[in-house]
Amino acid sequence: MTTLATLPVVIPLIAGALALALGRNVTARRTIGLVASGASAAVATVLLVVVDTEGTIVVAVGGWAPPFGIELVADRFSALLLLASTVALFAVLVYAVSQRATDEDFRGFHAVYQILGAGVALALLTGDLFTMFVAFEIMLTASYVLLTHRADGTETRPAISYVVIGLVASALFLISIGLIYGVTGTVNLADLAVRLDDVDPGLRSGLGWLLFMVFGIKAAIFPLFFWLPDSYPVAPTPVTALFAGLLTKIGVYAIIRTQTLLFPSDEPSTFMLIIAGLTMVVGVLGAIAQTDIKRILSFHIVSQIGYMIMGLGFGTVAGVAAAIVFVVHQIIVKASLFLVGGLVEESEGTGAIDAVSGVARRSPIIAALFLPAALSLAGFPPFSGFVGKLALVEAGFASNAWIIVGVSLVASVLTLFSMTKIWAGVFWGVPNTTKPRITPRGMALATATLVAVSLVIAVAAEPIVSYAERAADDLLVERVVTASPERVAS
Amino acid sequence: MTWTIAITAGILFGAGTYLILQRLLSRIIVGLGLIAHAANLILLGSGGEPGEPPLLDEAGSGPYSDPLEQALVLTAIVITFGITAFLLALAYRSWSEQGSDEVEDDREDQRIARRREAEQ
Repeated sequence: MTTLATLPVVIPLIAGALALALGRNVTARRTIGLVASGASAAVATVLLVVVDTEGTIVVAVGGWAPPFGIELVADRFSALLLLASTVALFAVLVYAVSQRATDEDFRGFHAVYQILGAGVALALLTGDLFTMFVAFEIMLTASYVLLTHRADGTETRPAISYVVIGLVASALFLISIGLIYGVTGTVNLADLAVRLDDVDPGLRSGLGWLLFMVFGIKAAIFPLFFWLPDSYPVAPTPVTALFAGLLTKIGVYAIIRTQTLLFPSDEPSTFMLIIAGLTMVVGVLGAIAQTDIKRILSFHIVSQIGYMIMGLGFGTVAGVAAAIVFVVHQIIVKASLFLVGGLVEESEGTGAIDAVSGVARRSPIIAALFLPAALSLAGFPPFSGFVGKLALVEAGFASNAWIIVGVSLVASVLTLFSMTKIWAGVFWGVPNTTKPRITPRGMALATATLVAVSLVIAVAAEPIVSYAERAADDLLVERVVTASPERVAS
Repeated sequence: MTWTIAITAGILFGAGTYLILQRLLSRIIVGLGLIAHAANLILLGSGGEPGEPPLLDEAGSGPYSDPLEQALVLTAIVITFGITAFLLALAYRSWSEQGSDEVEDDREDQRIARRREAEQ
């Protein structure tokens, strides 16, 4: 039981080391990467089932009892996000391997990729604020390498701004940890939840908003999103897809985890709802102004983060549950949309809307993959985005938050508009090139897997929503992550 | 003691922020280093007043220093060191490819500037 919760971190770390050691052989590196990612996804599935039936798993690393030692905590919330992340990691890796150039040109690709996976898993599983900082650093450092590796010429600047923003955010995170430790004398999340109750309310909310800002930079909420649409599109497709699907969502996870556990509030947070509304609207307006598929999609990442913050802002079980469903849906759909964008670039040579035309006629498969993912992003029934948005809207009605619900629906319509812009520009029309068409099978298959997973989310909406409600109930009502020694299996 | 740390951290922050806003990448990197130092100082200061070394032997009379935040700072220093080395390598590549250390304008800004020139 205890090994189960450590495996998602340990497997990718070992695989990363092996991939480095066997650096000269491409096939060996690929095998290690694929096996490790597949195994992580399998472990995450088992973990989800075990956590849902038997309750939260707490592991004291090294046998040191909390709050002094580091602990790993797998509850329903982290287990669900871990499953979605590992599935996305696996599918994107299959895509990268099929694309060949990605890992043949860059010998360290598989090692860095696995380490990024380990960082993501550790960020989701840790029960300790400082370990969360370390996990973010593991994840971000791996992402710096992946982003900057191929960047040359004009691409260096966006890559540098990504690294610099990441470092400033990390410094702020460290300061927040220092201040919180100075006030409470602990960095264990469960212990903090108890000790922060004795802290002066003004100081407490100050610390809360400081952490909100730190994770807000990572999650790209308004007005801290400016680095994202600039830097993401410069990376190779699999890397961009992975960043788009995972990294900002880990920021959202950290926001939801810390706000619900450390700074709970019984009423809707007006400030958070305003931020959410601005994030949605500014993101989607930015997307409409762009003319390149990947840049459009990058602005949509920002816009969709707003919906997750909106669910959290309601402060109710229904709201947080809806946010959780939405995060899961976004991890899958965002990654698959970027993979489709990569397929268009691979087949047509560019992703600029003006330059490409008639892809639906040239490569019907790519169009068939884009359509469900795009409609899902816009929240069209019966796709997975509809499930998440319906839950959010219902939670909004229950909280009488009419304005933000209205804003979110307007942003959805604008999202649909910007998706039709891609569809009309890229997929419709007469093909304007006579190049031989390429539809790389493995890459299309990997994309199809992710699109299929998003359809599964839509079909299995009922069990997923009720699971998310149980997870949100754990977060808000039960507040189960307590550091009492008798709950620790060591 | 706490005042010294707070004032030093404030000065480091100010200098670091000033350097980050410069155009030369080498200055930005130095600025990031200063900000990281400031963050580490705050973390170190969060443990309260210094005292005798803890955990060494049981004969000490106390009060002891808090060992935890020193361990945290050590971890943070190592991470900062690694990333600064990475950034320096990146700066070197940018310099050897472009012949200058200057960070260019944002792509959107360049687009807007070009459009404005065309309109005039």
